[in-house]
Amino acid sequence: MASVPDSDFAFHEKRRDTDHESFLAHRRFRWLKLATALCVAAVASYFLVDVEPRHNGGSWYGYTLGTIGLGLIVWLSLLGIRKRRISEGRWSLKAWTSAHVYLGLALVVIGTLHTGFQLGWNVHTLAWALMLLVIVSGLYGIVVYATLPSALSDNSREMTRREMVEAVEAIDRQVEKAAQPLGREQADLVIAALDEDIFHAGVLARLSGRHTYCRTTRALENLAHGVRDEATDKVRSLLGRRKAQLDQIRRHMKIRARLEVWLYIHVPATIALLAALTAHVVSVFYYW
Amino acid sequence: MPDRYRVAIVGSGPAGLSAAARAAELGMSHVLIEKTDHLSDTIFKYQKGKHVMATPSNLVLRSDLDFDAGKREAILDTWDRQVEERQVNVKLDAEVVEITGETGAFEIKTKKGETIEAEAVVLAIGTQGNPNLLRIPGADLPHIQYQLDDPGEYFDEHITVIGSGDAGIENALGLAADPAQRNTVSILNRRAEFARAKEANVKLLEEAEADGRISVRRETNPAEVRPGELVLDTRDGQETIRCDRIIARTGSQPPRAFVEAIGIGFTSEDRAAFPQLSPSFETTKNGIHVIGALAGYPLIKHCMNQGYDVIEFLNGNTGLKPADEPILAEKFAALPGNRSVDEWLDTFRSNVVILQELSPLQMRELMLDSEVAYYDTGEVIFVRNDPGSSMFAIAEGSVAVEVDSEDPSITVPIEQGSIFGEVGLISGRRRGSTIRTAQPTVVMELSRTAALKLVATTPSANRAVNRITIERQLLQMFGSGLAKEDVAELVEAAETLEVRAGEKVIEEGAEDKDVYVIQRGSMIVEKDIGGHPVFLSYVPAGSYVGEMAVVDGSPRSATVRAAIKSEVVRFPGEAFNRLLTRNPRLFERVREDMASRRDINRFIEGQKHSFGGAVDMYSATAQFLIDNGIGEATDVLLIDETLCVGCDNCEKACADSHDGLSRLDREAGRTYAHLHVPTSCRHCEHPHCMADCPPNAIKRGPDGEVFIDETCIGCGNCQRNCPYDVIRMDPKPPKKPSLLSWLLFGRGPGPGEASYEWRKEHGDQDAAKVAIKCDMCAGIEGGPACVRACPTGAAIRVAPEKFLTYTKLTENGS
Repeated sequence: MASVPDSDFAFHEKRRDTDHESFLAHRRFRWLKLATALCVAAVASYFLVDVEPRHNGGSWYGYTLGTIGLGLIVWLSLLGIRKRRISEGRWSLKAWTSAHVYLGLALVVIGTLHTGFQLGWNVHTLAWALMLLVIVSGLYGIVVYATLPSALSDNSREMTRREMVEAVEAIDRQVEKAAQPLGREQADLVIAALDEDIFHAGVLARLSGRHTYCRTTRALENLAHGVRDEATDKVRSLLGRRKAQLDQIRRHMKIRARLEVWLYIHVPATIALLAALTAHVVSVFYYW
Repeated sequence: MPDRYRVAIVGSGPAGLSAAARAAELGMSHVLIEKTDHLSDTIFKYQKGKHVMATPSNLVLRSDLDFDAGKREAILDTWDRQVEERQVNVKLDAEVVEITGETGAFEIKTKKGETIEAEAVVLAIGTQGNPNLLRIPGADLPHIQYQLDDPGEYFDEHITVIGSGDAGIENALGLAADPAQRNTVSILNRRAEFARAKEANVKLLEEAEADGRISVRRETNPAEVRPGELVLDTRDGQETIRCDRIIARTGSQPPRAFVEAIGIGFTSEDRAAFPQLSPSFETTKNGIHVIGALAGYPLIKHCMNQGYDVIEFLNGNTGLKPADEPILAEKFAALPGNRSVDEWLDTFRSNVVILQELSPLQMRELMLDSEVAYYDTGEVIFVRNDPGSSMFAIAEGSVAVEVDSEDPSITVPIEQGSIFGEVGLISGRRRGSTIRTAQPTVVMELSRTAALKLVATTPSANRAVNRITIERQLLQMFGSGLAKEDVAELVEAAETLEVRAGEKVIEEGAEDKDVYVIQRGSMIVEKDIGGHPVFLSYVPAGSYVGEMAVVDGSPRSATVRAAIKSEVVRFPGEAFNRLLTRNPRLFERVREDMASRRDINRFIEGQKHSFGGAVDMYSATAQFLIDNGIGEATDVLLIDETLCVGCDNCEKACADSHDGLSRLDREAGRTYAHLHVPTSCRHCEHPHCMADCPPNAIKRGPDGEVFIDETCIGCGNCQRNCPYDVIRMDPKPPKKPSLLSWLLFGRGPGPGEASYEWRKEHGDQDAAKVAIKCDMCAGIEGGPACVRACPTGAAIRVAPEKFLTYTKLTENGS
């Protein structure tokens, strides 16, 4: 039905990053392939290289793995800087994330082979354990990043966070007006619901999305059993809307909390890991 | 006071003031008539502390009044003082309603019923027009105002805004924005709907209404104004409300009707046309002169110079050269032949087809905005894929167009008097081919705005440009084998049509046999499958549609309708058929194009039966994107919400790459099937923001980006004109402490846009607000920061023609 002109697609495409791939699939799993190759090479050489009396971190082979591991850990922790430093240049944070994920996972193999499976109650094993903690929390991160975003999008229904809060405020004004004819007891319930700080929630409530002590829910339940007149019905229907709006905000908070909670382990554990690694390296060379 | 002045000057803006000051200096009997109670109302109405620019900087100021770039207050003070010192005869509060008589004896009637007599009149009334006044009992009470400078200065008042346009809504929102002002704000609308206002404004108003911040009264008219109250005619009868202040924003009357009533002719019927003027600014009505913005010169320096000049001409100084003479002389100095400015102007005017109907004054003005150059034989004027939106005209010599990018030896000539580069003017895209001179050549390069103004105000130029554009587009579209003569028949029969968004150009099943070329805008092709329309493809400007029915004689196989307001050129099918018959190579190419198009259609139709859901999703997603302005975009930011974790790193990166202010709002905007169109610039093919930029600060850059340069004066026109709300007005924020000192010591607000409070506390209090928008990170190595900074790959920038395809859209929806 039509012909498209010989326009300058190629020209613009070069500049514009339209490769629409997630960070996991970035450049056809380039970093997954690289990380796998690294692991295979590490495992193969572990069995091929003969270290006497047995594999340990102090052999030349152990030092090699240790140096690779240390280099990787330091580089991986720099993602935090890269993310915040928007300098010029042909870098993409997606590529960094992709590499971070796969090389980070490869550390399980490299770090563990470096130990030669000699684990004990010492600073060296502490570093290894912290590394695993960082990686496990990171694994959780990968899973939620891959699964939760669409739920976040579905829940928001084109509303911004500010709009959600403003919607509650608008309902609150109406509730306040409608609750004027209510009796003392019922009015107190409504006031308690309105006074509640909707963002005040414990860690568990945030993560589970279950707000057991929600005063709006309680007011709703109580009003359902009380007298049924026009004023109460109006307040009930408004509180119902308030509840629905609160639910949307809480679902949003729940998903966001699940998307972010791991960082509260991942990042501090990384800093602890860097400290433990310093101790590990210094002590190894000091006692050499 | 004499019975009859030598000259009456109407309007005390920069042009009128300068004219009056010159008359006073020459001792000519004069009167300066101003409708308000102060001088220079347009500048007076600028917001407080606004910086006024003095462009173009190379133009010398020729006036008895001083003017330099600076704050509004300083400029107004200087003029007030100098007008008094020079004993200019000013008549304030005198609104002219009628001018009658002939040269030597004009009668000027004011609204108050006074009559002023003058031998000559200088009209310097600008283009603002007069606000429509309320015409109800009590309309003369002092608490009615027709503008709102600072909504923040009113407290504890009951304020009623009358008017349902953007100005009224914005005023009402401004007055109700801060609850601390405790104003009770109402807005009246004669109708039930706010049809004249921008959708975004209406939405904000409806939200404000739902929140109880503004009381919106629909189908309500004001009936009577009383001190402290307002009587309303509502649908259910009369009602009286408390009202301490009325802000009436019911539009304004453009001055054209007034000017025409005096007997002054305009250059055309076009809304943008200016009065016809002689080189001494005299109109078709002898004795009446027009200067300043009304004459088509919006810049203050031009206006002031014209004020000086017009009085000099009236005083008999006919030998006076315009102030721009040295600038033009400098422009022409580079050309060979040692000709004078007037000779060169005449050469250009008589040789170039599109300039032939211009007056000498218009010619000068156009030349000021244009460049001239001389090229030897074989020199390159521009290269294929060069950025550039200017248009060239050949005054002497000729050029050759390299139509084939593969083989530079294949060229098409363009002869003396013709133009080239006009495609960039219409589509705003890169240069389509390389242009080389065929002999020693003198060309004139018209900037995009100068060329558009020329086309809009001169009908003959418009026709010439249109004809040439159609011819070139045909030649470019159909490849190298054709010559001008081949398409002459088509060009002759061509008819340009405006198409509204959504309007059908071709209807499925119809028997008509016309071919259409899309000149601007874009089209979508859809087919009725199983009772509802299925999106087949997106067709951008520069393509043709409708050839299938012509070639195989079948009824239309699909519907083609405009994605946005578009312009198409219609050609009769028989003429197209004859062209194909005469050119077997072209026929072959068209058949190949048709075959590949049929394949895609068949593929989608085939999918329909096996994967109906995917095809529906594809259709709906395409329609969603078109509805959100992608049809006029050249490069748009999309967010795949199956990947977006909401970290807002895109916004932070945007702010950190651009002086600390983000040009995108990730959360806001529409979403369909997890595809989100955030509030961010689409770099429209025909940018709405460019439409009305006084300093011409909005341009299209080398990568197709639409950007605002540092000459922005902060007027906010672009912000109001943008239908997508992607332009914000903010002062440049202060510099933040470095990232490292934030990371280690917690200094400063951290990455991303600092809070309003922080910016206000640490910033320059007097910094002027300027317009800010996405510039696609032009000049930043690595490209758009929003995409680079996305950790998950959710943020992508796409071109519509590339993205609105079956593969791309179904990969999204899945």
